[in-house]
Amino acid sequence: MTALTESQSQGASTASRIQRVVSPQGIEAWLIEEYAVPLIAMEFSFKGGSSDNGVGKAGLTHLMSGLFDEGAGPYDAVAFQELLDEYAIHLKFSGGRDDLGGSLKTLVRHADKGFELLKVALNEAHFDTVAIDRVRAQIQGGLKRSLNEPNSVSSKAWSARAFAGHAYAAPESGTIEALAAINADDIRAIAKRTLAREHLKIAVVGAISAAALAGELDRIFGNLPLKSGVSDVAAVTAKGMGEMEIIDLDIPQSTIRFGMPGLLLKDDDFIAASVMNHILGGGSFTSRIWQEVREKRGLAYSVSAGLYPYAKTGLFFGGTATKNERAKEALDVIRDEIARMAADGPTEEELGKAKRYLIGSYALRFDTSTKIAKQLLQLQVEDLGIDYPAKRNGLFEAVTLDDTKRVARKLLGKGEMLVTIAGRPTGF
Amino acid sequence: MSTSETAKPDITTFHLANGMQVVVIPDTRTPVVTHMVWYKNGSADDPEGKSGIAHFLEHLMFKGTALHPKGEFSNLISELGGQENAFTSYDYTAYYQKVAKEHLETMMAFESDRMANLVLADEDVIPERDVVLEERRMRTDSDPGAQLSESVAATLFVNHPYGLPIIGWQHEIETLNRDDALAYYRRFYTPENAILVVAGDVSPEIVKPLAEKTYGKISALGDAPRRSRKAEPPIPAARRVELSDRKVEQPSFQRYWLAPSHLTSKDSECFALEILAQIIGGGHASKLFKALVQEQELATNAGAWYMGDAVDRTRFAIYATPREGVDLKTIERATEKLIAALPETLTERELIRAKTGMIAEAVYDQDSQATLARIYGSALAIGGTIADVQAWPDRIDAVTLEQVIAVAGKYLQPRIAVTGYLLKEEAA
Repeated sequence: MTALTESQSQGASTASRIQRVVSPQGIEAWLIEEYAVPLIAMEFSFKGGSSDNGVGKAGLTHLMSGLFDEGAGPYDAVAFQELLDEYAIHLKFSGGRDDLGGSLKTLVRHADKGFELLKVALNEAHFDTVAIDRVRAQIQGGLKRSLNEPNSVSSKAWSARAFAGHAYAAPESGTIEALAAINADDIRAIAKRTLAREHLKIAVVGAISAAALAGELDRIFGNLPLKSGVSDVAAVTAKGMGEMEIIDLDIPQSTIRFGMPGLLLKDDDFIAASVMNHILGGGSFTSRIWQEVREKRGLAYSVSAGLYPYAKTGLFFGGTATKNERAKEALDVIRDEIARMAADGPTEEELGKAKRYLIGSYALRFDTSTKIAKQLLQLQVEDLGIDYPAKRNGLFEAVTLDDTKRVARKLLGKGEMLVTIAGRPTGF
Repeated sequence: MSTSETAKPDITTFHLANGMQVVVIPDTRTPVVTHMVWYKNGSADDPEGKSGIAHFLEHLMFKGTALHPKGEFSNLISELGGQENAFTSYDYTAYYQKVAKEHLETMMAFESDRMANLVLADEDVIPERDVVLEERRMRTDSDPGAQLSESVAATLFVNHPYGLPIIGWQHEIETLNRDDALAYYRRFYTPENAILVVAGDVSPEIVKPLAEKTYGKISALGDAPRRSRKAEPPIPAARRVELSDRKVEQPSFQRYWLAPSHLTSKDSECFALEILAQIIGGGHASKLFKALVQEQELATNAGAWYMGDAVDRTRFAIYATPREGVDLKTIERATEKLIAALPETLTERELIRAKTGMIAEAVYDQDSQATLARIYGSALAIGGTIADVQAWPDRIDAVTLEQVIAVAGKYLQPRIAVTGYLLKEEAA
C-alpha cells in the first residue's frame, strides 16, 4: 500500500484530535479543540423525530422544533429572539425522520449567553398556544406553497406509496390537516418523550477546553430526564415496486422520482454499495446516469441517485426533471443504466476512480468547525466509533470489483422500481 | 461590539505580468485549498438579444480543450477527491475547485488552459443548450413564484440589463449557438478580466510561482474588456405586477425599489441600507416580522433584503406571506405604515443589535475558506478592493441612526415602488 498523503490521512489526524468528554453527571460529548477562529460550534441529537410522531400527528416534531426560541424560561418570544440577535448566537432545532437535531454557534465571548439560551430552550420552553398557532401557520404556509411544487409533490407521493401504513409515509413537516389538529398537550408530550439523556449525542468544535465543556454539559443537559420515552419504530421495506403514479400538474416539465429498497447503514455491504452507487448515480459530473441523461442527450439539468439509510429502512432513491415530451426517454435511459449495472457491475477502471474520489474527498468534510461538528455527531448517531475517521478510508480501499458486482446484483437485480412523476408526461 | 476583535485574515494580492490579479487567503487548519477564478462579466453584460449567453458559456466551459478533451478535467478532479462547480451572476462568473493542497498546481494548469483554449463542437453545444432550457423549466417555468420574480425585476429595471434573467429568456436561449459563445468567450475570458483567488493551506510564496507558470503564460490581450450597459433612468411611477395561476395555493406580497450599490453609493448610503434591511427584515426579531407576524398576526412570514454587491444601481426588497384569510392589500398597507413610521420608531437598541449580528457574521465567515474566497472574489469582481472588504465591519459600525432614517426616507417610497402580487387564479 502506498503512503497516504496528508489529505488522505486527514481522517486519522481528525480521529487523533477527538476527545471524549464526560461530565460529572455522566453526559458525554465528543470535542475537537480549535482556537484559530474565536467561535464554538455545538451539534446535538435526540432520538425521536417524525417517525415517533404517532398516528394522525404528522408534523408534530417539526412543529416542536420551531418552538424552542418562541419563549423559554424568563424570556417571551420577542425577548428570546432579540437576545439571539444581540449576542449574534445561531440556535437552530430541526426535526428529522429519526431524530430531533439541534445546533448552536456562538462567539467565544458570548458563549455564556449562548449556553444559557440553549439551556432554557431545552428545559423551559413555554410552548404557549399563541406561539404554537404562529409557528403552525408558518409551517402550513410553507406546505401550501409546496402543494403544487413538483419536487415536493413527486417526493411526497413516492414516500406515501412506498411506506403506506408506516410512520415513514408522512412528510417530516406534516400535512396542513394533521398540523391543524395538534395542540399544546401533544407538544408537551412529545417534548417530554424526546428530550432525555438516554439517546442524546453531542459534538463540539471550537475554542473551549474539555474541562470547561464538561461543566457546561451538566448545566445545559443535566436536568433532562434520564430515560427517553421514544418508542422503537418497526422496521419497514419500501413497497410498490413495479408501480408508477403520475400526478397531474400543469407545467412544461416532468419531475421524476424513482427508487427501491436499499441497505441499512450497518449492513456489511453498505460501503461496497456506496462505491457502486457513486459510479451509477452518485458522482456529480461523472456518474453513468449523469453522462447518459445530461451529457449525451441534454435531457435534464440535474439527475442523480443515492443511498438513504434511515434508522428502520434503506433506500436506493433518485430523481430528475425533463420536459414532458421526453420524460419517457429519460426514464428509459435511467432504467437501462440500472439494469446494466445490475447485470455487469462496474469496470475495474470505474471502481478505481470511484474509490479514489470517495477516499480523497473525505478530507473535504472537515474544513469548517460546523462541518466537523456535524461529522462528529453523525459518527455517534450511527454508532461508528470514535476511531472511525482513522479506519474509514481503509474500508473503502478494501472494496473489490466482486463486492460491487455482488452488491449491484443484490440491490438492483430485480430492476423493479416505484416511480412517481409530477407534470404532464407524454408517452406513458 | 468592538470591530477590532474581528481579526482580519492575512490576505495578499499581486498582479501577474499579463494583468491577472491573484489573491491568497491563508487557512492552515486543514490541508485543503479552494481554487477560484472570477471573470468580471455576468448576465448584465450579455449582448442585446443574446440574454443567457454568460450562463450558457459557463456550462460550455466544461466541454474541454485541445490539450484536455471533454470530461478530462472533471474526471481528474473527481479522481483526486475534489469538488467543483461554477456559477453566473449579474456582474460576474466564477469557477471553483476544492481539493487537497498538493493538487493546487494541477487545478491551475487545467483552469488556465480552459481560460485560453476552449474548443466547442456543435455536438456538445446543442445538447448543452437543451440542458439549460431544462434548467430554466425547472427553476422558473414550473414555478409561478419564480415567474413573478422575473417579471418584477423586468419591471423594476426598464432599461438596465439587471432586468433580464441571468439564465436568459427562453426564446433567446433557443437561438444561442457556438459562434455566439465563442465570440463572448474571446471578448471576456482574458487574463486582464480575471481574478484568481486561492484560499486554504497555502502561502503567497507557493502560489506566485505556480500562477506565473500557469496563468502567467497566457498572453495579455491589451485592455480589460469594458462593461457597456445602458443606464437606468429615474422612473417617477409606481408599478404593479400581478401573477395569477391555478397552481398558487399560498399568495405572497413583494415590493422592490432601486437603491445605490456599494459601487455607486455616496456618503456610505450602502452601509446604512444594509443595516436598514437587517433592522426591518433580518430574522424573527426584525421590525417587519414582529409587526406583521407577531403583533398584528397578518402574516406567517415577512422580511427584507438588499443586494449591495452590485456594479450598478441595485435592488432593495421587502416580502410577506399573508395568513389564511388576509388579503394582500392589507399586508401592503401594513408595510407602508411601518416604513412611513420609521423616523419615529427606529431605536438605538435596534441599530446596535443589527450591527452586532452583522459584524459577528464577519467572524463566522472566517471559519470557512470557501466563504472567504467567495466574499473577496465577488467584491473584487464588481470593482471593490481588499481594503473595502476589510474595512466593512468599521463602516457598518460607523453608521448612525440618522443615516438609516435618511436612506429609508429617500429610497423606500411607495410612489416609485414596484409591487408584486402572487395570487391564486380561481376556476371560472
